[in-house]
Amino acid sequence: MSGQGTGGAASEAAITIEGLDNRFGDHVIHHDLSLQVRRGEILGVVGGSGTGKSVLMRSIIGLQRPTQGQITVLGQDVDAPPQHGMGDIRSRWGVLFQGGALFSTLTVAENVEVPLKEFYPDMSARLRREIARYKVMLTGLPQEAADKFPSELSGGMKKRAGLARALALDPELLFLDEPTAGLDPIGAAAFDRLTLELQDTLGLTVFLITHDLDTLHEICDRVAVLADKQVIACGTIAQLMASDHPWIQDYFNGPRGRAAAAGHLPVGDALDFGAQTKA
Amino acid sequence: MTHRMTEGVPSQTCAFTVEYPADGAQPASVRAVLAGPWLVGTVSAVDADVRAAASDVRAIDASRVHEIDTVGAWVIARLMAESGAVLIGASDKAQRLIAAVQDARPQDEPPAPAKPLAARMVARVGENVIGAGAGVLAILSFLGALLSALGGTIAHPRRLRGRALIRQIELVGIDSLGIIALMSFLVGIVIAQQGAVQLQQFGAEIYTVNLTGRLAFRELGVLMTAIMVAGRSGSAFAAQIGTMKLTEEVDAMRTIGVSPTEALILPRVLAAVLMMPLLGFYSSIIAIVGGAVISAVTLDIPFWNFIARVQEVVPLRDLWVGVVKGPVFGLIIAMTGCYQGMMVSGNSEEVGHRTTNAVVQAIFVVIVLDAFFAVFFSEIGWI
Repeated sequence: MSGQGTGGAASEAAITIEGLDNRFGDHVIHHDLSLQVRRGEILGVVGGSGTGKSVLMRSIIGLQRPTQGQITVLGQDVDAPPQHGMGDIRSRWGVLFQGGALFSTLTVAENVEVPLKEFYPDMSARLRREIARYKVMLTGLPQEAADKFPSELSGGMKKRAGLARALALDPELLFLDEPTAGLDPIGAAAFDRLTLELQDTLGLTVFLITHDLDTLHEICDRVAVLADKQVIACGTIAQLMASDHPWIQDYFNGPRGRAAAAGHLPVGDALDFGAQTKA
Repeated sequence: MTHRMTEGVPSQTCAFTVEYPADGAQPASVRAVLAGPWLVGTVSAVDADVRAAASDVRAIDASRVHEIDTVGAWVIARLMAESGAVLIGASDKAQRLIAAVQDARPQDEPPAPAKPLAARMVARVGENVIGAGAGVLAILSFLGALLSALGGTIAHPRRLRGRALIRQIELVGIDSLGIIALMSFLVGIVIAQQGAVQLQQFGAEIYTVNLTGRLAFRELGVLMTAIMVAGRSGSAFAAQIGTMKLTEEVDAMRTIGVSPTEALILPRVLAAVLMMPLLGFYSSIIAIVGGAVISAVTLDIPFWNFIARVQEVVPLRDLWVGVVKGPVFGLIIAMTGCYQGMMVSGNSEEVGHRTTNAVVQAIFVVIVLDAFFAVFFSEIGWI
C-alpha cells in the first residue's frame, strides 16, 4: 500500500518539513514549523482562518518560496530546480485546488489530458483519451460529464473533475484544499468516501486541508493543528481531544465538534463503509 | 523511452509478448505474457501491440508485472474486455486496480471526435443562421432596456449615477487626450504633406490649407477619434462588463435591485455620447495644427497665415458635419462594447472573444455610417 516505485520502508515520510518560516513583509505566517506526513496516511490539517493552511500547502508544492526552512517531498528537495521528465517531483503529486481550478476553455476530459500530454508526449492520443475517460468515471462523474465544459458543471462536479485531473498521472501524493467546502452534506459525505476509497485502492498519501469536522472524523488517520505560527499538535483525534490547548478544546469539544464526534462511526466500520460503496 | 524512477528493480521497460502454441492447432492456448513495470510512463510503448493482439489472446499472464498503476490496469482491463481472456498470476494490487478501473469503464466507445466535413459545414451554417437571428433579438432587447433606463433616468433625474458618469467621462475623454493629440497631429502632417506634393504640380499649394482644414473638420477628426475610442474604451467596456458577468457581479447587482443597465451601461453610453463630439473637435484642431506646422517647414506658408486662412476657407457647416457625427459614433461604440460585455457567459476565453467583437464591429459600423453621412450631407447640399 505504500507508494509505488520506491524501495523505502513503509514508515518512510512522504513529506518532511523542518524549520519552515514564511513571512510576507513584516507579517509572519509560519515560524519554525515542522511536520511529517507518513506514507499512505490521510493527514488532515486544521486551523483557524489566517493560520496559513493554504500557504503551507503552497509551500510544499513549490508555489510559495519559503523564507527559510527545508521541505522534502518523496525524498526530493522542493526548492531544487525542477527537472523535467520522469524525475520531476510534480509528476508524482496531484493537487486539487479549492475551486477546482479547472482550465475553463477545455472540457473535463481535456483537462485530465493536460498533465498526461505534458509529461508523456509520446503517448498516443487514443490511449490518452481512454485514460481521461476512465479517470473521470473513477471519480464518480457520469460518462457524459467528460465532454462538458467546467462552466456547465455544478460545484460538486467541478471538485470531482478537479480530482480526476489531480489523479491523471497516478500520483503517490494527493493534496486536497478544502475538498468538501461548499458541498451539501450528502455530497460532502460522498466525496469523503471517494477520497477514502481512492486512497485505499491507489495507495495514496493524502494531505487534506479542511474545516469539515465530519471529514476529519470519517477519513483522517491523523490531524495536524496549525496555530501560533506552528503545528501545535499532530495525532489522532482521540489524542488531540486529550490535549489541553484551548483552541483544540474549542475546536473538537465545541458544539459542532461534539456533534461530529457523536455522529461518526467507529474507525473499523468507516473503512468497511468506504469499501462497500464500490467493489 | 520514458519510465518511472525506480530503484533496485530488474527491468525499467514494460514488455508484452504473445506466445502462440508451437503446432498452431490449439488457438485456445494463446497466451499474452506481461512483464516489467506497467505504469503511466511505460505502457504507451506496448499499447499498440496490446490492441493488435486483442483478437487472439485467450489468457493473460501478469505474474511478472512487478509494478502497476491504474493506467497499466486500464490497458489490461481493456485487453480482458476486448478478448474475453482470463487473467492469471496477477498480484493483489493488480487485481484491485483492475477491478477499480473496470467499474469506471465507459459503457460504449467514446464517440468519434469529428463528423464528416460536409455535415459539419451544414451544421455550422445552420448554427450561424440561428445565432444571427438570436443576435438580432438580443440587440433589440438590449436597445429596449437601454431606452427604458434612459427614460427612467430622464423622468427621475436623481437616479442618474453622477459619480459613475463623471468617472467614465474621465476614462473615455480626459485620459485619451494625449494619444488622440499625437495621432491627429501626425495624420494632419501626413495629409498636408501628401496633398502639397500633388497640388504643387499645378502650382496650387496654397490649397493645402483648404484640403487639410476641410478634411480635418468634416471627416478626419471624428473618424480617427472614433477608431481610437473604439480601441481604447469600447474594448474596455466589453472586458470590464464581461468579467463582471463571469464573477457574478452583474447578478449580485440585480438581486440588490440595482439595474445593471442603469448602473453600468447608461453611464458608459452617456460618457461616450458626450465626449465623442468634443474629442472629434479637439482632434480636428490638432490635425490642422499639424498641417500648419508641416506647411511652415516645407511650403513656406507661415504658421499663423495657415491658421488665418483656415478660418477663411472652411465654412462653419463643415464643423457641424463633423460634430453631428460624434454622438452617433459614440453611441455605436459604447453600445457595442456594453452589449458584447453583457453577452459574455461561460469562460475567460469568451471575454477575449467578445472584446475583439466589440472593437471590430464598432469600427465597421462607424465606417459604414460615415459613408452614409457623406452621401447624406452632399445630397442636402452641405458640400
